Amino acid sequence: MVDVNVWGSLSTCTDNQKVIQIEATTIRGLLRELVEKYPGAAPWVKRGISVSIDGEIIRDDWSKTLPDDAEIYLIPRMTSG
Amino acid sequence: MNINAKTQIQEFRSVGTRPVRQDGVDKVTGRARYGADYNMPGQLVGLVLRSPHAHARIKSIDTSAAEALKGVKAVITAADLPDHADGDEGLLEILDNCMARTKARYDGHAVAAVAAIDEATARKALGLIRVDYEVLPHVTDVDEALKSTANVVHEHATSRVDPEQNVPLNVHATEEFGHGDIEAGFAKSDLIVERSFKAEQSHQGYIEPHACVASVNADGTGDLWVTTQGHFSYRIVCAQLLGMDVSKLRVTSSEIGGGFGGKTHVWAEPVALALSRKAGRPVKLTMSREEVFRSTGPTSPASIDVKIGVSNEGVITSAYAHLRYGCGPYSGVWGMLGAMTAFACYDIENVKTIGIDVRINRPKTAAYRAPSAPVAAFAVESVLDEIAQKLDMDPLELRFRNAVKNGSRSSYGPTFGTIGLVEVLEAVKSHPQLNVPLAANQGRGIACGYWFNIGGQTCTTLNIGVDGTATLTIGTVDVGGSRSSMSLVAAEELGIDYDKVKTVIGDTATLGHNDTTEGSRGTFSSSMATINAVKQAIGVLRERAAKMWEIPVDDVVWEKGCARAVGEEHGNLPTLSLAEIAKEAPNTGGPIAGHSEIVAEGVGVSFGAHICDVEVDPETGATKILRYLVVQDAGRAIHPAYVEGQYQGGAVQGIGWALNEEYVYGADGRLQNAGFLDYRIPVCSDLPMIDTVIVEVPNPGHPYGVRGVGETPIVPPLAAVANAISRATGVRMTHVPMSPPRVLAALENAKVT
Repeated sequence: MVDVNVWGSLSTCTDNQKVIQIEATTIRGLLRELVEKYPGAAPWVKRGISVSIDGEIIRDDWSKTLPDDAEIYLIPRMTSG
Repeated sequence: MNINAKTQIQEFRSVGTRPVRQDGVDKVTGRARYGADYNMPGQLVGLVLRSPHAHARIKSIDTSAAEALKGVKAVITAADLPDHADGDEGLLEILDNCMARTKARYDGHAVAAVAAIDEATARKALGLIRVDYEVLPHVTDVDEALKSTANVVHEHATSRVDPEQNVPLNVHATEEFGHGDIEAGFAKSDLIVERSFKAEQSHQGYIEPHACVASVNADGTGDLWVTTQGHFSYRIVCAQLLGMDVSKLRVTSSEIGGGFGGKTHVWAEPVALALSRKAGRPVKLTMSREEVFRSTGPTSPASIDVKIGVSNEGVITSAYAHLRYGCGPYSGVWGMLGAMTAFACYDIENVKTIGIDVRINRPKTAAYRAPSAPVAAFAVESVLDEIAQKLDMDPLELRFRNAVKNGSRSSYGPTFGTIGLVEVLEAVKSHPQLNVPLAANQGRGIACGYWFNIGGQTCTTLNIGVDGTATLTIGTVDVGGSRSSMSLVAAEELGIDYDKVKTVIGDTATLGHNDTTEGSRGTFSSSMATINAVKQAIGVLRERAAKMWEIPVDDVVWEKGCARAVGEEHGNLPTLSLAEIAKEAPNTGGPIAGHSEIVAEGVGVSFGAHICDVEVDPETGATKILRYLVVQDAGRAIHPAYVEGQYQGGAVQGIGWALNEEYVYGADGRLQNAGFLDYRIPVCSDLPMIDTVIVEVPNPGHPYGVRGVGETPIVPPLAAVANAISRATGVRMTHVPMSPPRVLAALENAKVT
């Protein structure tokens, strides 16, 4: 079980909780469990979510593991110029 | 001047040097081929008919007279671009933007297109197309669009916002970030400054207009030659829009005469492909400058409120920003990016930002170099400057007291790792520009800026030639010298000279998918893949050397461009050079190559700080830039001259936006200044030499410590110039561009009040 911080707008889909508990060991598992637990998050995942693990923002590699006691943040997936 | 941070950095042989640019000769002799420089046998000329209305229902289009004109080979409308989006709203938006389906949603929106044997015939044919419009009310201003009385720009588009929140219909999305309790933070403040700001819409202003040559064959295959930042992404989107197999469309990127985010989206390319498909011949489609302004993707116009509270010691106790960004008639992410970057430079206990994307009847907004961040920084850094004035504090000291550092929690959530803002500020503090005295009507402004940077999918291939030279093929379009930078990286890893490596950009049939060159990812990602590819090739080279020596490969190491045998038994063998191994390749296993296919993660964020000195003419309101300094953390500069070029280019674009560049719309919703005479970008004679300092705080997520550098340089200039003007005149500037009439009006208004 890991503590996952969600940004303000996404928290409207997590019962307004800014920190949620998710049973997952990888980013893939985290996003899967997020949608199972909070179905309203599905469109957000489809649009793109990046996962920050101890400050490193992972945009694409869903195989990354979630270390114990890591700081985990969900943020929107970046696009740019 | 290079400043190495306290962090330990690696020593390199090639990386960090400044060799001659490999694509330089072609560019200065006119041989480089840009989007419009390619031709195919039997090629037709494509032209696009565009809506003169900001908002209009298309009742009917009669193309019969145009089709009957001699020399016309194809006329298309939205009917020739059927919906293959399969419910994908994003894809359908792109299709609708390329060719209006039911409504023209902005002045310049494409409604039909023609392919003919020459331009004169194509232009005549455009005049024969009859479009019956029902003109609708329009809205082009962000704040007006948010009023409940505003017309609805896009009635079918869905919103990200919970409908129970009762938001205006022209709101596409609302994003919120922050932590702590801002009201409690403001209650603890000794000083609170609150202001509203406005930023007009600007265009990337790339010198090369959009251009392509499209050829679709009867067997469903096709070729596209195009100026783009991302030919792999163009291939995917174009194939999807036209219902083609992705693998059957080959896209080749031309040289690019500037993109800055504006060439990350398709505009005319699907139209050219559809014309070619219908005509059965290749079609060249080149936009005019007027079309580029009216019909491609400028940045967002924006309206921002900022409130910051500080202690008497200059520590920010609370910060709030409400940021509203126009996104054109479709969806956008611009409010989100503004809300994430607004306070990213500062360690703030209580912070909240709300970013909104607002639909308006203007062209679809595209990314423009650190999109949304420059105007967010304009607002935040202006308020900080005002706070420094009110506290009678050095504005640089105010930044020092609040700057994020390793372990600071970012305003948008995650904790920062190894970052270099404090090192940047230290470099600013020691720069001689700060000691240059200022005269009457002169002012000095400082501002900080931040950008995330991104990684993404990346492929490279290194092929060793028979003579021991190397060809590196990369898939990220070279927008700032990355071919030469990648040659430096390959030379570094191989241990050979820079001029023995030639880097080319592969087309979409040559490599696996590469994400677009955007987000300051080109050098970061492709250098990572290049290092991997070279390491793989070195593994092959060691194997070949082992075969030549008939010894175990474990007894062979690679050093300084040569294979060397190690161990007591073979250590006295003479080394084998790369050329010697390459020459023997036919007899040791064939061609020697290395490949890498990765998702580049480990991206390092980048901070910068700019100092601007100006003189304002109180009679005319004109501003002259006297001195300008860019200091930024590059992590590790592969080719320092190109890093400096990025710093200078970003600063110049930001200065242009700060002082002159703006879209001017009439009451009729039509763009009034679609040309470089009336939309004034800075030229060399407007500016002093832009001074630069490269700070290097290595990014631990990259083998060499590289951070992306292309976007951060455009973030601080609006604020740096505004703060300089405000200090020169004593009047706080809150509206960019600060053109002479706008500055003069502010000065006159200050006299009255």
